Amino acid sequence: MGLLSKKDAALIKDPLADNNPITIQVLGICSALAITAELEASIVMAISVLFVLGVGNVVISLMRNIIPSKIRIIVQLIVVATLVIIVDLVLKAFAYELSKTLSVFVGLIITNCIIMGRFEAFALGNGPWRSFLDGIGNAFGYGVILIIVGFFRELLGSGTLLGIPVLGDPIEKTGLYSIGYENNGFMLLSPMALIVVGIIIWVQRSRNKALIED
Amino acid sequence: MEKRTDKNSYTIIFAIGMVIIVGFILAFLASSLKPRISENERLEKQQNILYAMGINENEGTSANFVSTDAAPELFKKYIKQQLVIQNGKATANDEAYLIDVKKEQANAKAGKARQLPLFVGEKDGKTFYIAPIRGKGLWDAIWAYIAMDENMVVQGAYFDHKGETPGLGANIKQRFFMDDFIGEHLMANGAFKGINVAKGNADPKNNDKTDNEVDAIAGATITGDGVSAMIRSDLKLYVPYFKTLKN
Repeated sequence: MGLLSKKDAALIKDPLADNNPITIQVLGICSALAITAELEASIVMAISVLFVLGVGNVVISLMRNIIPSKIRIIVQLIVVATLVIIVDLVLKAFAYELSKTLSVFVGLIITNCIIMGRFEAFALGNGPWRSFLDGIGNAFGYGVILIIVGFFRELLGSGTLLGIPVLGDPIEKTGLYSIGYENNGFMLLSPMALIVVGIIIWVQRSRNKALIED
Repeated sequence: MEKRTDKNSYTIIFAIGMVIIVGFILAFLASSLKPRISENERLEKQQNILYAMGINENEGTSANFVSTDAAPELFKKYIKQQLVIQNGKATANDEAYLIDVKKEQANAKAGKARQLPLFVGEKDGKTFYIAPIRGKGLWDAIWAYIAMDENMVVQGAYFDHKGETPGLGANIKQRFFMDDFIGEHLMANGAFKGINVAKGNADPKNNDKTDNEVDAIAGATITGDGVSAMIRSDLKLYVPYFKTLKN
């Protein structure tokens, strides 16, 4: 990569695979369970976290030398909460339709432990540019898993993708349903998100020798 | 050596400063955007009411409102009368659609008289009576606008929610759920029965319109129960008014 040094590029690449926040660090699981029944919601959540984590990491990094260590967690919380509320207010005023779709996610973003985790582990000790890359990288790593899980849960649970029926009509018995295929309603419930994440972890660990523990 | 930022005095000053700055930013933003936000909410109410009586831009399986630019004009054109029913008396009030159902429910709980807004719409010679209702889903509030004819047969419905689970409870605002209510009877044998969001009612296509049941959404039991409950408790209050229509 010409644009980024090797060390900087690793900040983006690592969280996508070997140091993925969900499958390796097992963070942000609660939101991964809550909103992945639909592919669209997964994508919206991925974009929201990308924004909040990218900007939040930069803000924390800029403040890193003046934040008192005793109250740093509270300061981080305030920064996330403020950012999310600002985005929510601006959307409500200028893109009302979009804000209604996003309102569900506001609470989930504030409590997402990946965000607090990156603030604490990276932004407090690194400059703004590197923190920005780290934030974007981790948000991508999170988003990729979210979208994979959302894809399978919506496809197998409802037979649709982004709300569009792809396997035929389950009530009229057309397409795949005409040969006796049924939607798996279980996929829509949160435990199945955990199982799908588990399968992803299994596939990833069995393919990557470095991750195999004794 | 103790760092400057570890001192108690610094910590306290930092905390106070941060709270003041953040508070100022948020308060400034909230109050400067408030007129726009409440205007958006007002237009949305008009769009919701129009949607319930079938004035919308639905295509295929997606639910679309009329545009925000067109909403005020269409609202004036189709909504012939806005009523507020209180203690059994209906009075006309052109701002009935701005009545906050949540506040009225709280009033009723506190023992005060509840104002019931009702919108009378006319389209193609047919009269629609549209009532706003509100209840609780799994996580937060759910609400709806139900359009009925004079026999309390549902002619259209618009459901919305504050924070139901995407893909599950949030699907109450999808066409496949809302359209199931059209034609459904709220009364059974002359008495109010409501509409139950029922699991396993062996009628997924909802062909039977007089069974007071629509098919539930899998994985959204509590949201569905919330829908049944708000229909039962809130629409029931309108029954006396509908009885006067027949006399």
